[in-house]
Amino acid sequence: MSEIKLDSKIPAGPLADKWTNYKSHVKIVSPANKRKLEIIVVGTGLAGASAAATLGELGYKVKIFCISDSPRRAHSIAAQGGINAAKNYRNDNDSVYRLFYDTIKGGDFRAREANVYRLAEVSNAIIDKCVAQGVPFARDYAGLLANRSFGGAQVSRTFYARGQTGQQLLLGAYASLNAQIAAGNVVSYNRREMLDLVVIDGKAKGIIVRNLETGELERYGAHAVVLATGGYGNTYFLSTNAMNSNSSAAIQCYRKGACFANPCYVQIHPTCIPVHGEQQSKLTLMSESLRNDGRIWVPKKLEDVEKLRKKQIKPSQIPEEDRDYYLERRYPAFGNLVPRDVASRAAKERCDAGFGVNETGLAVFLDFAEPIKRLGEQAIRERYGNLFQMYEKITDVNPYKEPMMIFPAIHYTMGGIWVDYNLMTTIPGLYALGEANFSDHGGNRLGASALMQGLADGYYVIPYTIGDYLSHEIQTPKTDTNHPAFQEAEDAVKARIKKIMNVKGKQPVDELHKKLYHIMWEYVGMARNEAGLKKALTMIEDLKKEFWSDVCVPGTTDEFNQELEKANRFVDFLETAKLIALDALNRTESCGGHFREESQTPEGEAQRKDDEFMYVAAWEYKGEDQDPELHKEPLVYEEVKVATRNYKD
Amino acid sequence: MKFTVKVWRQKNAKAKGKFETYRVEGISPDTSFLEMLDILNNQLIHEGKEPFAFDHDCREGICGMCSLYINGRPHGPDDEITTCQLHCRKFKDGDTITVEPWRSAAFPVVKDLVVNRHAFDEILQAGGFISTTGIAPDANIIPIRKQDADESMDASACIGCGACVATCKNGSAMLFVAARVSALAKLPQGRPEAAKRAKAMVAKMDELGFGACSNTGACEAECPKHISIAHIARLNREFLLANLQD
Repeated sequence: MSEIKLDSKIPAGPLADKWTNYKSHVKIVSPANKRKLEIIVVGTGLAGASAAATLGELGYKVKIFCISDSPRRAHSIAAQGGINAAKNYRNDNDSVYRLFYDTIKGGDFRAREANVYRLAEVSNAIIDKCVAQGVPFARDYAGLLANRSFGGAQVSRTFYARGQTGQQLLLGAYASLNAQIAAGNVVSYNRREMLDLVVIDGKAKGIIVRNLETGELERYGAHAVVLATGGYGNTYFLSTNAMNSNSSAAIQCYRKGACFANPCYVQIHPTCIPVHGEQQSKLTLMSESLRNDGRIWVPKKLEDVEKLRKKQIKPSQIPEEDRDYYLERRYPAFGNLVPRDVASRAAKERCDAGFGVNETGLAVFLDFAEPIKRLGEQAIRERYGNLFQMYEKITDVNPYKEPMMIFPAIHYTMGGIWVDYNLMTTIPGLYALGEANFSDHGGNRLGASALMQGLADGYYVIPYTIGDYLSHEIQTPKTDTNHPAFQEAEDAVKARIKKIMNVKGKQPVDELHKKLYHIMWEYVGMARNEAGLKKALTMIEDLKKEFWSDVCVPGTTDEFNQELEKANRFVDFLETAKLIALDALNRTESCGGHFREESQTPEGEAQRKDDEFMYVAAWEYKGEDQDPELHKEPLVYEEVKVATRNYKD
Repeated sequence: MKFTVKVWRQKNAKAKGKFETYRVEGISPDTSFLEMLDILNNQLIHEGKEPFAFDHDCREGICGMCSLYINGRPHGPDDEITTCQLHCRKFKDGDTITVEPWRSAAFPVVKDLVVNRHAFDEILQAGGFISTTGIAPDANIIPIRKQDADESMDASACIGCGACVATCKNGSAMLFVAARVSALAKLPQGRPEAAKRAKAMVAKMDELGFGACSNTGACEAECPKHISIAHIARLNREFLLANLQD
């Protein structure tokens, strides 16, 4: 048995006072001491860039790392729809409590109450900060900020910058980061990939990175390491994640003792452009904001489906009475704005029943005919112009004339590195922020909440909580990168790279990764069952053997080598795949994005088992060929009454 | 579809480069241009050859990572798109397609089709920000005219890909610099530092070896986000004002 004890360190007191009380009592570090303390931040998305900029502003010495040629390329840039905050500018009775409750409920009562309440509490300050940075949010004619609605909410609390909200927020954080780089508080290392975490005397003290341009391995030391490397959605190969998004840094930390929590909670987004064929490399999201106006449907009659597939009729020719607006039918209270997991499963249900509207039978319509008629084409163009253009460029279909075709795809991962209330992992001195941690979204994330969480963690949580640890490190000298632990970690990285290069097999990494896609999508995708998950685990093991006997990585290690980068990441995707499947097998209930076919109501809705599974599943690494050990953090709800999610009335 | 693809190969920054010619078949018209390059690269691996390097990431036109000169045009033969949004249906079956990296003194080649655009980061570090720190006032405390916010957003749509520099006969970064200066100059919170910002960013641009602007408008024509050269006029105005204030 291991010695890991999960202590969530939730502060005492009433829910609404916890964060305030915590801040009043947490230790802080004086400006003179901050100058002596070094922090490594890995990742430059919203969480990493905002954390590095803020820690730099406070006076810490920060080093920040990214795999791209510039911090601005991080995948947060692709977020389209918006960011939530409890401003209540619309006077529609929004509040911190309501945002908290919607998030807990949206997460199917599997998130930690105290973390979520804090998230809702700091949400308003994020909007203030972004406006001060010059983020050009949408405004009304009075010059005040505009809002729109997102899934799982009955208020309008989403702030947005056209369909490019993630881009604009990231440019804001990147600008603040640039200001700190110019001031000399932050040093930025681009095209560097973290390949190991260095732990000395049980504390995180540094990282080993590969310089992707030269292939050299480099060592960096610090007093604390902050991981902000995003999610693990690309385990599935086809996802809406950017091609280079990966789980490697998180998996390195997992191998060094950081528990990995709730890996089975993977978000499948309902509105993505359907797969066009075997040559596909990634999937494109169509923002959830489209569900503000767009209506989702399939034909009621199978003969109309047949005609559509044979292209004998156009969707616009199917009369109103022959259309099944199945979300509006099944969930009258929320309609097209039900949360993502619910909308995705409903699309799958219709397609499984034979109503899929394209040749592959894996698509439903998202239709704008009614809002265009009601508001005019110009109004729709102003709201979603860039999304419509993006759709037309990819599919060659004009969505102003014919409905979009959409289908669910892997989009976001709620699971991640386990963290306590301080966002510290089970390794002292190692923190995880944003999508890389598990803490705020439970079993399902609501739309426009990823941007909120990334920025909350970076701007307003870590700057306070890291002092609690670093205040004890003020006497600790600079980390010496000649310490044997650095040598050991570097040797291990070298050995792994050499082992990959020496396989000299026949298959490119992409082809192996596509095999992993078929395993994961088929057996660990939108619907899971015991037999399938067990089969997946065996297939993942076989694929691992196939990789180590047949992968082909051309070129050398001491140069820019993209195939080597992919191979390195794939080794860790295999580990992630195993974790997802094991966790999904353990959790025999359905909840949020995790749907076990064995656990559903007679109407086909997800059925939770609160008496058995009201816990966070945190997995501890036990070695290469062993299964990880499960640790449970019980979820205690002091404030909310746990209920079955209801979006019907 | 089948294509003949001529790809620029260059081992590293110091090596001399040359074109290599490859053939690829069985491509669906719905396949994206970069997916076609993936297929070609995997074909090269199967043939025991080394694949070529190219930058790409989000594959939905927003990260600004992809940077290919295709048949003599940055981001290829379509308007208002990035390379990753180009699809094979835009070519004719049997076409010969030439693929090169961005060509600019300020963007040295790293390998094959990959260039180093760090100069853009440096320009923004010179002043492309508002020096706000700590806790900010309420977001609605200063109303901003919708037209101003919209114009700021138009300029802020820049993805930093570098197509404007690559297409400019002088290798000028004026559109890139102007987009950032303009995005912040249109907002009240950006005004206090406007003069300093314009001067510092222009000075850094000149220092890094970007050329001068001769108003041909090629940058606007090739910009995947169609950022207007009207922003260059605003930059010039800001720059002039800044110098008058001295």
